[in-house]
Amino acid sequence: MNPNAYLVLSGIIFSIGALGVLLRRNAIVAFMSVELMLNAANLAFVTGARVWGKLDGQAAAFFVMVVAAAEVVIGLAIIITIFRTRNSASVDEASLLRW
Amino acid sequence: MMQNVVNSIPTPNFEYALLSPILIMFFAACAGVLIEAFLPNEKRRLTHLLVIFTSLLLAFFAVILQSGPNGRALVASGTVALDGPGWILQGTILLIAAMSALLFAESKVDPLGDAFAARASTLPGGEEEKTVTKLGWAQTEVWPLLSFSVTGMLLFVTANDLLVMFVALEVMSLPLYLLAGLARRRRLLSQEAALKYFILGALASAILLFGSALTYAYTGSLEFGQISNGISSANNSPGLLTAAIALVAVGMLFKIGAVPFHQWVPDVYTGAPTPVTSFMAGAVKVAAFGGLLRIFYVAFGSLVWDWRPLIWVVAGLTMVVGSVIALSQSDFKRMLAYSSISNGGFILVGFSGTNRAAIAAVLIYLITYAFATVGAFALITLIREQAGESATLIRWKGLGKKSPLAAGLMSLFMLSFAGVPLTSGFTAKFGVFTAAIAGGATPLVLIGVLASVIAAVFYIRVIILMFFSDPIPEGPFVVVPSVFTTIAISASTVVTIILGLFPQIVIDLVSSASVFLR
Repeated sequence: MNPNAYLVLSGIIFSIGALGVLLRRNAIVAFMSVELMLNAANLAFVTGARVWGKLDGQAAAFFVMVVAAAEVVIGLAIIITIFRTRNSASVDEASLLRW
Repeated sequence: MMQNVVNSIPTPNFEYALLSPILIMFFAACAGVLIEAFLPNEKRRLTHLLVIFTSLLLAFFAVILQSGPNGRALVASGTVALDGPGWILQGTILLIAAMSALLFAESKVDPLGDAFAARASTLPGGEEEKTVTKLGWAQTEVWPLLSFSVTGMLLFVTANDLLVMFVALEVMSLPLYLLAGLARRRRLLSQEAALKYFILGALASAILLFGSALTYAYTGSLEFGQISNGISSANNSPGLLTAAIALVAVGMLFKIGAVPFHQWVPDVYTGAPTPVTSFMAGAVKVAAFGGLLRIFYVAFGSLVWDWRPLIWVVAGLTMVVGSVIALSQSDFKRMLAYSSISNGGFILVGFSGTNRAAIAAVLIYLITYAFATVGAFALITLIREQAGESATLIRWKGLGKKSPLAAGLMSLFMLSFAGVPLTSGFTAKFGVFTAAIAGGATPLVLIGVLASVIAAVFYIRVIILMFFSDPIPEGPFVVVPSVFTTIAISASTVVTIILGLFPQIVIDLVSSASVFLR
């Protein structure tokens, strides 16, 4: 089992997430893509922990999960307020502020 | 490569006394949540004010008492570094936060109440909103949110561990996303700002986190000192290291608002309630640059020749793009946002100095800039029309004739941003430019001087507009604020003048404390 494969996989997941944030128009989908990026980081952390025989990488993964949960609460609150105001969760329509 | 023996995690020990500034702010935030839960509506505001100002003051005294030579240590099992720059940044953040808190508390300039929506959950422009505004409700949750954010900042600038740094970053940013969306006036813009800030901020955090994870996978440690050792001893797959550093850098530059990651700054600064904007432009900037300094000089310090060219490019772009786009702005708040971007570029110029000089120059710039910018945003809250703040530049014509004091103070801050001698801005710009020349980045300094000339144009333009043209009929008027805003504006004015006339004060303070512990 080559740990590099896991790092490559985490890189791929991270890229999918990053592209999702940049390309998708729905705020909720963009937000899910951010979660994907965080989980890619978790995979890299756990791989590192395995490679170096240390536990702190695995502990890090738990912290990231907690932070991700907190982020969900804040993010959904903001998206819901905007949705109630505009009846749409599209990031492109929120464009009053430009230049 | 693979080891199956797993070492146990040692029990951490905490130096509670040294960590007290962070803990005080954390307990203040928790107390704020309890106040929200248990106190009746009408008693909340006063209690919150009491809690936040007491805790900010206590935390600041804790910083002063402990920042002596005995107080420099790696604490909490090496995850928090309380060193000279750390203490200075903590002290600055607490003062700036106190000034922003004064602006948060101001409820006299707007006839409807403070700067925040009566109820964030009501629809903008709806019946419900009118009812709760008439009833005089207030969204007092802003106080615990502010305290949590300050807690995160204090931890962020002293974090000596990538994981602690990430958690602190989130504790600092999450409340800000919410605060950005709470404006009382122009709530659609405010909500849009919150959404943009949230999506891009979360993206930046995720990028930073993935960079941290790759750094961990490469060096086997999260602690900055050990990362530095790991980088010098490991010799496999430099690609992984490059990717790790690049991602960490991108994540941090996003938070700072450096070009090409600056797009969120003008939108968020314009849309957010002005007290929150002042907090972001002042305290968040200080915190983000503090973290960037530490991560680059401690964790990646041995690779200084590899990351420096990258910083050169970003600094040059940031200064020029920020200044040029600011020229074309018609909204004052938005212009200040671009000015904040270009000032970020000037701070990055300081990174090209040799270690101690660079750290000192950046710290001085951060202190002077943060005080001046809070003052400028505080003044914006006073220049109003019937519909709220009047930030359209062209309407400020002749303001100097109607209200010489407000226009004069605004001019002082503009001159300080432009780096005119005898204001604190000159001390700061001079500091980063000399540090950069000593570090061999003369071309960058030339670009910097050019950019500050461009920047001077739009700062001076505001002064000319206010003093040398006739007032327009039904133009904005200047409101007399309550004691809160008065204190904030006076404090930033005094600091801007004193640090301009006697720069030695801050230079001595900072140069005696410009070494990172590792």
